[in-house]
Amino acid sequence: MIKKTRKHPAGINVDRRTFLKGAALGLAGIALPPAGADAGLLDDFFQKHFREMNDEEVRKVIDRLEKEYSKKYSKDIKVKATKPMENVMFGYGLDIGRCIGCRRCVYACVEENNQSRDPQIHWISVLKMKKGSNLVDLNNSDKYYQPDQVPEPGYFYLPVQCQQCEDPPCVKVCPTKATWKDKDGIVVIDYNWCIGCRYCMAACPYGARRFNWGQPNIPADQINPNTHYLGNRPRPKGSVEKCTFCIQRTREGRYTACVEACPVGARKFGNLLDPNSEIRKAMEHFRVFRLKEDLNTRPQFFYFFGVKSNRPGGGK
Amino acid sequence: MTTALINFFKDVTNIFKGGPKYYGLMGILIAVVAVGFGAYYMQADRGLIVTAMRDQVAWGFYIANFTFLVGVAAAAVLLVIPAYLYKFKPIKEVVLFGEIMAVTAISMCLLFIMVDVGRPLFVWHMLPVIGTINFPASLLGWDFFVLNGYLAVNLAALGYVLYRYSQGKPYDLKVLLPIVIISIPMAFSIHTVTAFLYGAVKARPFWNVSILAPRFLASAFCSGPALMLLVFQALRKYEKVDIEDKAMFKIAEIITYALGINLFFLFVEIFTDFYANTLHGESMHYLFFGIDGKTNLVPFIWTAVVLNLIAFAIMLTPKYRYNYKTLNIALVMMIIGVYIEKGMGLVIPGQTPDTLGDLYEYMPTVPELLISIGVWGIGALIYITLVKFALPKIRAAKNFEH
Repeated sequence: MIKKTRKHPAGINVDRRTFLKGAALGLAGIALPPAGADAGLLDDFFQKHFREMNDEEVRKVIDRLEKEYSKKYSKDIKVKATKPMENVMFGYGLDIGRCIGCRRCVYACVEENNQSRDPQIHWISVLKMKKGSNLVDLNNSDKYYQPDQVPEPGYFYLPVQCQQCEDPPCVKVCPTKATWKDKDGIVVIDYNWCIGCRYCMAACPYGARRFNWGQPNIPADQINPNTHYLGNRPRPKGSVEKCTFCIQRTREGRYTACVEACPVGARKFGNLLDPNSEIRKAMEHFRVFRLKEDLNTRPQFFYFFGVKSNRPGGGK
Repeated sequence: MTTALINFFKDVTNIFKGGPKYYGLMGILIAVVAVGFGAYYMQADRGLIVTAMRDQVAWGFYIANFTFLVGVAAAAVLLVIPAYLYKFKPIKEVVLFGEIMAVTAISMCLLFIMVDVGRPLFVWHMLPVIGTINFPASLLGWDFFVLNGYLAVNLAALGYVLYRYSQGKPYDLKVLLPIVIISIPMAFSIHTVTAFLYGAVKARPFWNVSILAPRFLASAFCSGPALMLLVFQALRKYEKVDIEDKAMFKIAEIITYALGINLFFLFVEIFTDFYANTLHGESMHYLFFGIDGKTNLVPFIWTAVVLNLIAFAIMLTPKYRYNYKTLNIALVMMIIGVYIEKGMGLVIPGQTPDTLGDLYEYMPTVPELLISIGVWGIGALIYITLVKFALPKIRAAKNFEH
């Protein structure tokens, strides 16, 4: 029997039957949801809200996710679900007087929290502001600055990330309760419960939330395998993410990655309920303020001027 | 019972009856929808990155269309009130076509939400009982209830009247009136709640204003009925539906008042923002004049303002309002004007500049436009199909309905 073959531009010969088979499979693929149609799809679809699962169900979900991620990145990836500690309310302090705008916090955060490299996602935005300009008018800020050297004379820097508000507008507007404020003050997201409507992004006064507009991409050799379900585990396309005060670290008593990375010690972190914590010390010794106080969101993220303006952040 | 149902559904065949023009139109609509599906497949595959939306402007053209269509849906009530409450006969005869438009518009609203969400497979999460709807905190939760409620009420009213007609009986006002009465506050509520969806956002001063809900209502009562008047003329011409001039001109009169109020509200907003000149007026500045040479929306909003003003001038003059040629020009101008002002002119500047002062200029991409046109195509198909299905019953009812 002579088979009719069609010439492939790349010089591969495909007979008609194989071609039709491929086309049929392709069509079947269209019928399936495009977001990775593997065996876990049904489990994924019917997965319950994180807060409605008991410990056993959470463990099962985590097992599934660990397998999925480990396979995807050919690496052993751990997903934790560490609960909030008792008597802990996290607070953050940022010394604007010290910040030199080097963005080391931004990059440390990307690595620690498995943000997508392409499309690029940053949880921290560092705003460059002219000296003498006020902290209310952010319209004069620039977050795309690319000088040869920082700090630039005449400018100061205002890093912004999720402010972990006491009364978070994002939580209020979420139609599915996919985001909530946990007992230790961290506003978290169940990425599997988020439907991607982006109402929280419209509602956030601090531009803190990021959307996975495309399929997130993290090179396998750069993935941080130490993850938390509500934090830095790989996120699905079409869901919202943001800073979680490095929940995978801080719930185990460690510092956040940005605090560790800051070369000038501008970042302070600790337990607001502990009078001896760094953050409480900062609040006691310096005059702190919060962004957009008039909105009454009451951030747990405090800014202060710890040193005189002729120090690094002030330019020389 | 079975025969009753057969009588009700037998007019489905009427959908396939029509001349070459009708078949041509349906063919074009189906093609448009097919292209939309293709674009949607691409979006589902690659993600919303194929749109121009980004973190700074997280809501774009889809939500703009959604907002406009909520207005169109609510307009049906403008016919319901005179028809059923005041028993104004000329309008009573067209009220069903208005209700079909409401059903169509709400379906399109839901479609626009579906194409906008990042994980459409999981929208069941926002259902009551099986999901975890954030009610009453989230205005989207409220919107879910009022939109679906309004859809249900309109379907019920429509279904009941058509069912009675198909059995060769007039409708019983005792049954219909309660449904109709409920639909009136519901029409206002879909507007109010959708306006509150934006008004609730304290992070965006452009949206966080109390005039938003009244402005929504005023603009709804121009664009929605305007669209209806155009559709009614088409029905009169192509389907020989008997629609009296009296009904048409009554609606045109109501539109004129609504447009006047709408323009007044816009003026009030412009005055407040520009006179006070606070930092909260940045979005308004961007919309009308642009900022730092970024002026994407400027030509659109001025077009809208000018079109609305001319339309208002035409409508205000009885000589032109009662002349279909000039009336239609005004209607088209008004629909375009409100579509811009209440769609892109509301959704985009609210997010430009963003909350941290980053000014990203949004302009929809080709896939975004194709998907949106596809949804409009589906809407047109729904409307035509429902009208074709209803028409034989409405015609038959002429013999016994008073």
